[in-house]
Amino acid sequence: MNQRTYLALAVMTLVACSGGGGSGGVSGTVEVDGSSTVVPITEAAAEDYGLETGGAVRVNVGVSGTGGGFKRFCAGETDISNASRPIVATEMELCRENGVEYVAFQVALDGLAVTVHRQNEFVDCLTVEELKRVWEPGSTVTRWSEVRAGWPAEPIKLYGAGTNSGTFDYFTEVINGEARASRPDYTASEDDNVLVQGVEGDPYSLGYFGFAYYWENRERLKIVPVDSGSGCVTPDDRTVRTGDYAPLSRPLFIYVKKSALARPEVEAFVRFYLENAETLVPQTGYIAMETSRYQEALAQLDQETGGV
Amino acid sequence: MASELTAGDAGRRGLARPDRGVRARRRRERTVGRVLFGFSAVSIFTTLGIVAVLLWDALAFFREVSPLEFLTGTRWTPLFAPPSYGILPLLTGSLLIAAGAALVALPLGLAAAIYLSEYAPLGVKRVLKPVLEILAGVPTVVYGYFALTFVTPMIRAVIPGTDVFNAASAAIVMGIMIIPMVSSLSEDAMSAVPVSLREAAYALGATRVEVATRTVVPAALSGIIASFILAISRALGETMIVTIAAGATPTLTLNPLTSIQTMTAFIAQTAGGEVAHGTIEYRSIFAVGLALFSITLVMNILSGMVLKRYREVYE
Amino acid sequence: MSRPDDVERAAPAVAPPTLPLVPKPVVRRSGAASTQSAAASTDAPQEPRPKARAFKPGEPSRFALRTKGRARFGTFFATICFLATLVGVLVLMVLLVDLLRDGMGRLTLTFIDGFPSRFPDRAGIKPALLGSAWVMLLTAMIAFPLGVGTAVWLEEYAPDNRFTRIVETNIANLAGVPSIVYGILGLALFVRTFSFGRSILAAAFTLALLILPVIIIASQEAVKAVPNSIRLGAYALGATRWEAIRHQVLPLALPGILTGTILALSRAVGEAAPVILVGALGFISYVPSSPMDNYTVIPFQIYNWVSRPQMAFAELAAAASIVLLILLLTMNAAAIWLRNRYTRKL
Repeated sequence: MNQRTYLALAVMTLVACSGGGGSGGVSGTVEVDGSSTVVPITEAAAEDYGLETGGAVRVNVGVSGTGGGFKRFCAGETDISNASRPIVATEMELCRENGVEYVAFQVALDGLAVTVHRQNEFVDCLTVEELKRVWEPGSTVTRWSEVRAGWPAEPIKLYGAGTNSGTFDYFTEVINGEARASRPDYTASEDDNVLVQGVEGDPYSLGYFGFAYYWENRERLKIVPVDSGSGCVTPDDRTVRTGDYAPLSRPLFIYVKKSALARPEVEAFVRFYLENAETLVPQTGYIAMETSRYQEALAQLDQETGGV
Repeated sequence: MASELTAGDAGRRGLARPDRGVRARRRRERTVGRVLFGFSAVSIFTTLGIVAVLLWDALAFFREVSPLEFLTGTRWTPLFAPPSYGILPLLTGSLLIAAGAALVALPLGLAAAIYLSEYAPLGVKRVLKPVLEILAGVPTVVYGYFALTFVTPMIRAVIPGTDVFNAASAAIVMGIMIIPMVSSLSEDAMSAVPVSLREAAYALGATRVEVATRTVVPAALSGIIASFILAISRALGETMIVTIAAGATPTLTLNPLTSIQTMTAFIAQTAGGEVAHGTIEYRSIFAVGLALFSITLVMNILSGMVLKRYREVYE
Repeated sequence: MSRPDDVERAAPAVAPPTLPLVPKPVVRRSGAASTQSAAASTDAPQEPRPKARAFKPGEPSRFALRTKGRARFGTFFATICFLATLVGVLVLMVLLVDLLRDGMGRLTLTFIDGFPSRFPDRAGIKPALLGSAWVMLLTAMIAFPLGVGTAVWLEEYAPDNRFTRIVETNIANLAGVPSIVYGILGLALFVRTFSFGRSILAAAFTLALLILPVIIIASQEAVKAVPNSIRLGAYALGATRWEAIRHQVLPLALPGILTGTILALSRAVGEAAPVILVGALGFISYVPSSPMDNYTVIPFQIYNWVSRPQMAFAELAAAASIVLLILLLTMNAAAIWLRNRYTRKL
């Protein structure tokens, strides 16, 4: 072989090696879709995983919503589905019809923060019963004095999650006892930033939304501790993680297709996700679970893939 | 190709590429006609496609909810337990916003068109017309957030008690967005009025404003009304601005200062969300879509009939 | 079609238009209010009219001229129209200032050249920018011929029967269908049935369908406005229908067609709703290199970022909006240059 061929071979080898990065030559595409709530975490994992593999593995993350994500997932179109609620019966049925078997991993927790206006002086704590009386369907509570005796007789301005969000489903289920059961006359929004603005602007407002949005705006709002029977608990990293802040801590999941786990790039990504979740999750504004829970998840992953 | 040109050849050579004669031209004519007809058929297929996609799930919806309740009910809470399926709140929401937007866009757009077409010097027109067209190009997402973060606080400062979501700011911003539709298309229509018509009016002693309002505008009326209809259709069908700024609370009201929900916002907010596909809540999207489609259809048929009476033909 | 005011035209060869052009002449009677009404019919006067006599130059006019009043009204009206035009420009300025104030600080090279990230300082819009460019180009390539072709067929070929009217009503109706319904259609048709998948091609076809009605209607008006004498002249010289259209009618109608296309494409680039449904990705770490690739677009990226809790993302969204506007401005400028270049004097 002459000099030119040696050179060509050297260049080709160089090029072939530079794409592999540290993952030992894993490449391919991982398709992810689903909830817009969970997406920031999955995106963080995808971003760092991309950096680690030097772009050899492409992770595509869509934002079709939990329902849309499950529809695609159960049709076999995606490998991983982000979900802010567990899969429901109709979706399980669809998965079964299409022969899609899956495994669910809980990846983080989201606290639902109940907030009032920054200068609200009289609300220091709300019980779950009081919250229920305000938010239940057919509720006639319109003034603060009807919530607790001694409070001012000012009208309450309510702000809450849009009917089409997992936050709404979750809040209504744990506070009102039934998912979607809520009074309809409140200012609803899918965008929690708007709810922040609303609560901030109305002196007698009351709102609920994701903890991350409260935390980013904590100088502009006043957090209300919630009493579910064992004292007033203020949501923060610790209370949500340990479950003290009940019942308003909700789990966030990823559902992974079992057949996809057979592909090395998918398994590597899920493993990376679970290994690094504890550091990634707080960066996105959500709350990480206990370390042991992540280790359990990794053990479950090992079990599914036969150990690697 | 041929080195000789006869008189009979001149017509053909001058207008067409070198070809093999009359039969080839006739064939080309037929082919072109067929191809263009095929293009036009795309629009028919689009409608058929939309209707098919909407009907599929809407019919499933109507098997569970009576159309009467759907059309006359005054509560729209499909995602609550217990659900109600009366579309009137969504309908009034859409109409309120469209009326507000039309109130802003039609007068301003027409006045701008008159200025551009009859008064503006050519240099000014060459600058202003594209600048106005930029308004049409601003993404609706940007307009939505502009309405929410700029216009709404302004309205709230002037009229305290306005909700953080309200119909007024969405309607105003939407009106601004569709001004160029009215102004550009009306101006084109007015420019197409023959100069001879204007000159005749001047010659008979009309002033500029009289020429503009009594000669040019009536002459260009079909184009102007076409632009109005296009603009109102756009206002009815606009999704993003209302989704972001008008709210998600279906309310049967004519008060523009409260949070409402339009048909399009409901579709957008529900389609991209947490609802499980195949359920009745999901199917309500298609029922609303079908209703919206039917309303715009009826509106367009009526305006088509009205337009026929005003069409002016020259030559 | 912009016809500059200094255009000369041949006098119409056929019957003059039936329009009320001439103010009705009114004989000035003492005490009677002088009116200049646009009504066409002459009504029978209550009093006997004076005998008509020849007009001598220099005589005061027999008509109620009200010159001053009309001139004042004219200035007033012109001012109103000018102010109305300015309203739009003013709002645009306010919007731009608002955006620049929020987003200017984020417009760095890292931003333009980078990929989305959870760290605002590292986040960029390169995939979104290129994705938007790809989608726009393909949409234009699909929608322009389809739209102009349909308009030409409707105006030049279609017989004036019920079927044509149905087609025209249908197109006007399609203009008002919400963009999200096109998204639903695109998902069912292009992504699933035609198996384009969640690719740029599916998005381009969906958006092309979305803007087709606007292009058709605007092109139709442009073609309609070309005077018939042009066509007749071409036919007289031996042209066939298509030759007359292609060489005479279309060049004259081109400015108007381009106006409609500019407006339509501007809308397509800024649409988020249908693109979301058809499969734009929220996170993508590479740039598209073929029409079948996955992609994202700038409006979707904006929508994505604005709903994040961190304030910095709102600034990023403003910066992305500025980039999108610059893209649109470039597009508009190019199209206007084309429009001005091809505007023919009649």
